[in-house]
Amino acid sequence: MKFKESFAGTLESGDILVRLLPSDKPGLTINLESTVAYQFGSQIKSVIKETLENLGIESAVVDVTDKGALDCTIRARVTAAAVRATGKDVWAD
Amino acid sequence: MSSIKERAALVEKAAEKMNKGVSHPENLVKNAASRMELQKESPKLATLEEAIRRSGLKDGMTISFHHHFRGGDKVVNLVVAKLAEMGFKNLHLAASSLSDVHAPLIQHIENGVITKISTSGLRGELANRISRGLMEEPVVFRSHGGRGSAIAAGDLHIDVAFLGASSSDPLGNACGYSRSENAKSICGSLGYALPDAQYADKVVILTDDLVAYPNTPNSISERQVDYVVEVDSVGDSSKISSGAIRDSKNPRDILLAQKAAKVIINSGYFKDGFSIQTGTGGASLAAVKYIRQSMIDRGIKASFALGGITAHMVKLHEEGLIDRLIDVQSFDKVAAESLKNDIMHKEVSANEYASADEPGSAVHYLDIVILSALEVDTKFNVNVLVGSDGIIRGAIGGHPDTAADSALSIIVCPLLRGRIPCVVDEVTTLITPGSSVDVIVTEYGIAVNPRRPELAERLRQAGLDVTDINILKEKARSIIGDASPLPFGDKVVGVVMNRDGNVMDVIKNIND
Repeated sequence: MKFKESFAGTLESGDILVRLLPSDKPGLTINLESTVAYQFGSQIKSVIKETLENLGIESAVVDVTDKGALDCTIRARVTAAAVRATGKDVWAD
Repeated sequence: MSSIKERAALVEKAAEKMNKGVSHPENLVKNAASRMELQKESPKLATLEEAIRRSGLKDGMTISFHHHFRGGDKVVNLVVAKLAEMGFKNLHLAASSLSDVHAPLIQHIENGVITKISTSGLRGELANRISRGLMEEPVVFRSHGGRGSAIAAGDLHIDVAFLGASSSDPLGNACGYSRSENAKSICGSLGYALPDAQYADKVVILTDDLVAYPNTPNSISERQVDYVVEVDSVGDSSKISSGAIRDSKNPRDILLAQKAAKVIINSGYFKDGFSIQTGTGGASLAAVKYIRQSMIDRGIKASFALGGITAHMVKLHEEGLIDRLIDVQSFDKVAAESLKNDIMHKEVSANEYASADEPGSAVHYLDIVILSALEVDTKFNVNVLVGSDGIIRGAIGGHPDTAADSALSIIVCPLLRGRIPCVVDEVTTLITPGSSVDVIVTEYGIAVNPRRPELAERLRQAGLDVTDINILKEKARSIIGDASPLPFGDKVVGVVMNRDGNVMDVIKNIND
């Protein structure tokens, strides 16, 4: 699968900025910076992981700056970043 | 025949009997200087360093400050830097509140100049560091009414008060505004400084507009002032409406404000002669705008508005909808100017505002208060001091004072702020006990304290979406999921005093 650096999201309160980078090793490396890291860090990481794996992406570096986004927002931004990275429009199917 | 000479022996006898000396008025030498010149030689005028030396301040003593310039305050940093330079150590800083602008205190804490703090609130980097264990002694937090009571009762003894004023004459008659053409700053009411002026052993006024005697009508009297120090600036007035106060254009805040207004109008307390206070949150401020039309339509006027006076309240007063403004703190420049110019806009001390001990304090005669919250819990307890991340980020203010003493306390807060739930199982820190909170307004419904069934019934009758607080909490949880516990340590970094002078809660440090 072709894979290029991509972004989705913003740094507004309640949103999340997702940056996807190709990785030369297998697995997802998630670097999370979040205003709610204490309380929701592991939950945010698992939503990101699940979303990417459902899209068939199993190797990537994910840099995330979260400003308190809800799960639905996180899924939408991660999906958008994945579509931009792979060029595969999952919404078109 | 009786002459002065003849009575001299009797004068001596009378003096002896009264254990007094005999007066020799012939020794009086009049000072013939013009009084415009003479006042420039006032014995109270001093540089900051002289004032500190002459005040008798020693290591370990308590110094105090007011926060009427809010985010624009320059006095705390100026004075503490001078104290550090002069080599003072181990001081107790007792401010009415502290904010982001006081981050320079961190170095003075690290250097041992300040080892104890009492305040209503903490924000920014200072709050962040203290939450992580910067100080050995926990910070003591009091409400505004609680601080006034503690000062009056001697629980909080102030050795030297350093009070910024926008004008003072050379004798210390001082105001939070200036009537001179050289006015540099304005903060309006000096309400939180008045207990300090009354009870501190020594009072130093710092002013950026030294005006001619008499600076009347005065808010602080020269009788309470020991030294007057002229400085470049006591505060940036453009920042008094920064910090907690926003005029919201946020649609959710507007929705909450409209709901709060409906609660007020249908509460049973919305009658001619009622009294009202609003807190600092965007939605609680905006609620005033929405009750205005109902006041006009129904011919209802308020007897007074209390607080925390804002431009909104001043407008309603000027329109004749509110008779009197009782002002412990002016929240913006419009309010500060109104306090200066309008005799019906009265400045009051923290004690007259919200002391639990004084039967005449204004909160006792307050019908309705609208307040904000960081968190409320299913027992109706409220937290306005510590964030859901365990970091101190707010101020107690008059929250518990007004909630406890008003006839109707309304808390307005969104169900969620981003991913932070505002309706929770248990508040992170207990600030305002649920026994004093009556109604919680969220965008997902209105919860009424089960202690107030009559109120719930009135609101239901009016068609408002009254719901159970547990349903609101579950709604929040269903959207955001369960939070992991915060990494609290074992050190107590803050002690929350109840307004009656007893300890209510403690704040633990956060580990990284």
